[in-house]
Amino acid sequence: MAAMMPKKPGKRRGNMRTLFDGSEWTFELIRKVHDVMGEIALGELGLDIYPNQIEVITAEQMLDSYSSIGMPLMYRHWSFGKRFARDEAYYKRGMRSLAYELVINSDPCISYVMEENSMTMQALVIAHAAYGHNHFFKNNYQFQLWTQPDHIIDYLGFAKSYVAECEERYGQEAVETTLDAAHALMNQGVSRDLRPRPRNVAKREQEKAARRRAHEEATYDDIYRTLPEITKERATEPPEAQNEQRRLGLPEENLLYFLEKNAPKLEDWQRELLRIVRLLSQYFYPQRQTKMMNEGCATFVHYVIMNRLYERGQLTDGTMLEFLHSHSSVIFQPSFNDRRFSGLNPYALGFAMMNDIRRICTEPTAEDREWFPELAGSGDWMEALRQAWAQFRDESFVLQYLSPKLIRDFRLFAVSDDAKEAAMEVKAIHDEQGYKDVRRRLARHYDVSTQDPDLQVTDADLSGSRRLVLTHRVRNGVLLDKTEAERTLQYLAQLWGYRVKLVEQDVEGNRVLKEHEALPMP
Amino acid sequence: MQIVDRRLNPKAKSLGNRQRFLRRAKGEIREAIKDSLRSRKIAETESAEKVTIRSKSLREPSFSLGRNSGLRDYVLPGNEEYKVGDEIPKPQGGAGGRGNQGSPDGEGQDDFTFTLTKDEFLDLFFDDLKLPNLIKVKLKDLKAPRLVRAGFTTDGPPARLNRTRTMRRSLGRRMALRRPSEAELKRLEQELAAAEAETPPDPKRIAELRSRLEHKQRLRRTIAYIDPIDLAYNRFDRVPKPTTQAVMFCLMDASASMTEPLKDLAKRFFMLLHVFLTRYYREVHIVFIRHTSTAAEVDEETFFRGTETGGTVISTALEEMLKVMRERYSPADWNIYAAQASDGDNFHDDMPRCLELLNEQILPVCQYFAYIETAHGERFNDTVETPVWHGYSEVAQRRRNFAMRRVASPEDIFPVFHELFSADAAAA
Repeated sequence: MAAMMPKKPGKRRGNMRTLFDGSEWTFELIRKVHDVMGEIALGELGLDIYPNQIEVITAEQMLDSYSSIGMPLMYRHWSFGKRFARDEAYYKRGMRSLAYELVINSDPCISYVMEENSMTMQALVIAHAAYGHNHFFKNNYQFQLWTQPDHIIDYLGFAKSYVAECEERYGQEAVETTLDAAHALMNQGVSRDLRPRPRNVAKREQEKAARRRAHEEATYDDIYRTLPEITKERATEPPEAQNEQRRLGLPEENLLYFLEKNAPKLEDWQRELLRIVRLLSQYFYPQRQTKMMNEGCATFVHYVIMNRLYERGQLTDGTMLEFLHSHSSVIFQPSFNDRRFSGLNPYALGFAMMNDIRRICTEPTAEDREWFPELAGSGDWMEALRQAWAQFRDESFVLQYLSPKLIRDFRLFAVSDDAKEAAMEVKAIHDEQGYKDVRRRLARHYDVSTQDPDLQVTDADLSGSRRLVLTHRVRNGVLLDKTEAERTLQYLAQLWGYRVKLVEQDVEGNRVLKEHEALPMP
Repeated sequence: MQIVDRRLNPKAKSLGNRQRFLRRAKGEIREAIKDSLRSRKIAETESAEKVTIRSKSLREPSFSLGRNSGLRDYVLPGNEEYKVGDEIPKPQGGAGGRGNQGSPDGEGQDDFTFTLTKDEFLDLFFDDLKLPNLIKVKLKDLKAPRLVRAGFTTDGPPARLNRTRTMRRSLGRRMALRRPSEAELKRLEQELAAAEAETPPDPKRIAELRSRLEHKQRLRRTIAYIDPIDLAYNRFDRVPKPTTQAVMFCLMDASASMTEPLKDLAKRFFMLLHVFLTRYYREVHIVFIRHTSTAAEVDEETFFRGTETGGTVISTALEEMLKVMRERYSPADWNIYAAQASDGDNFHDDMPRCLELLNEQILPVCQYFAYIETAHGERFNDTVETPVWHGYSEVAQRRRNFAMRRVASPEDIFPVFHELFSADAAAA
């Protein structure tokens, strides 16, 4: 779409010396480019970043990182091997190219760059990851709230050695079974509303595990076997179901947390494994919630930095052309009826929205003044952007900042798809009546909690049948995928150790739409 | 800012994951390999292998929203002509292809293609297989003697000088012979200087000190710091590495009755055998014998690729095998194996001769003799017995080192091969 093409680069008028010429990169050049970009990013744009650590890797190492969900360290599991085999096959058949870069939310912020990249690409990557993503990681409230970047690498180190230790003690297969089940429930391993308690670092974790073992051994006393049985009278006391529910903290949306704390049959090491998977899931939760903004921020930052360098005369025309070529392919948004279409491109929408905020601040139209009275014409666009990057996530960001102009530029339209109907219906388009509706629907699409099924543990009987009940609150009549749900439920039953029931009921809670059950296999 | 060059870090970081993954999918991968044998030439198994498996054991389910119920909203870019209230027909195969939410769930992942390295492929391919009764008939091999440490000697090339030992012996000798140390001499010299500087000088003491000093210096000159008798060298012995010697005779019927498809079956079998042997038994010799009404030892290329037609006299091949054995592979020194493939036809007067050769000369000295009968699909049942099958059946009943199987189509080859060389059967 023509509207999506970046603005023409500014005139090259500065008389500073060009930083590099040609495509070969060297370590000194990378350092020099990083430092010069720092002048712009920190000085002119006022970004605030973790110290950078740039690591040069090969294509094979990039594939390695892919398979371990982008982390530099990971415990061993067959699913990572599967992912590697698949990515490698795609890559070798040329079906997929590798990312130029990978960045980790850690302190110092680690960016991987590939040795195959040209110097222009390395510059682009440094601006994008080492400044753009880095700033976002450090300043966005979601990341501040949920992640502890100075601990993550240590924690992964702990997780890796802990899993290895378990494999040694209890056998690869037992560990694998537990991890398989935990992975299946990974998306339900997130606490969406509560701020987590400060995350334990590797050492504290290890100490805790050791303490737990020591306590177990120390408190074992054979005499407990001889305690008199509870008398009939006490046992038949009416179970205070409500109390028990409260004690268990039901309803609970974080299935992994619930199992870790309450599953009757799990060993301590299994609880620890559930905890590892749960913490990883929680760590990635902010990334899922801010994908579009995060990429938008990084893309905007690299675009501004590269243009500034060019204006100052520090980039050659050739470099600029190469940069623009890859920039415009990154932010390419095919139309819905294009064969290449696979959803809204977060880079495209994110970059366009950042640019749009800059436009509203500096060259507002009458429409903008009406829609964004506080923002329009305020002038300091960088301040406005920094604020947006710090205080929003994708859903609220769209709700707050998506302008009618962008809806027109992208020609966005909303359709609703009823599984019972043969056709989909257009609900809103880019016109006066439709702007608000399109914006609201798009915001909802970016709300992760409405994209994942709404599952909760609603009942657990710990004294009698030990049955666990899960409830899926069905929104808009969308049921769970049956085969997937049953396979996952089986894993859940395996962890719980007793019968597990999954009830799908409508949001009002008065109509049961479907039920699934699973029993643990011996 | 810090730049780290990770390119030289150890490779294959995910090897552990890969092994776990292969172990998990092992059953399915082997199924896939068996399937691939139908269409693929065995010679190609020596290269990397692309495998597609139905990933039953590789499923990673999760709770996800289904596609065929309820109401969904999408926001899409690129509207051209639609107005509010317009209807868009759903694309074939449900709305999923057009939706912008998430990944396809489950279905698309059932078929899973990836590449096995040559080693991984062959490891899985020949898993649990081995040559039966590989007794160490004779331990000898002159090819690769191993060097083994064998103490110390007083003589040897400088490179093998053992410094620690040498110095230890030198120190002991010097102490025993009371060779004065540098410090001792120095002390005496100082004493002497002090005595000389004394006023008045004591000539007696000076003379005594001087003679002591001279004595010590003489000792130091005559007693060497390192003497030839101190020298110690590492000693190595050449130890012949014991290996088992084995030879595999491949006998194939190349007569006219063996049609091309049948020959192809036989060749596939031998190819498999060939790959198996060359991979796992580096010392195994392989002898290829091809026969019509006459038999000849041929090279690998001719055996697998050559074309020849004629009558069928199986005993010629057996005789050729015995001849080669007499010339090069004495049963006293070698483990002897044989695999024979034919379509079961033989010149009718020849059977008794064959059985006699087998029973009296070959089987007594053979570790294992496998017979493969290739047959057309319609001939593949037990009621129709070929002359050879009939004759060999008796042998199979009496001899434990004789096995026979039928192969009717390429997909039989791997199971049959597996049966003939499975580790279990070998242990029996």
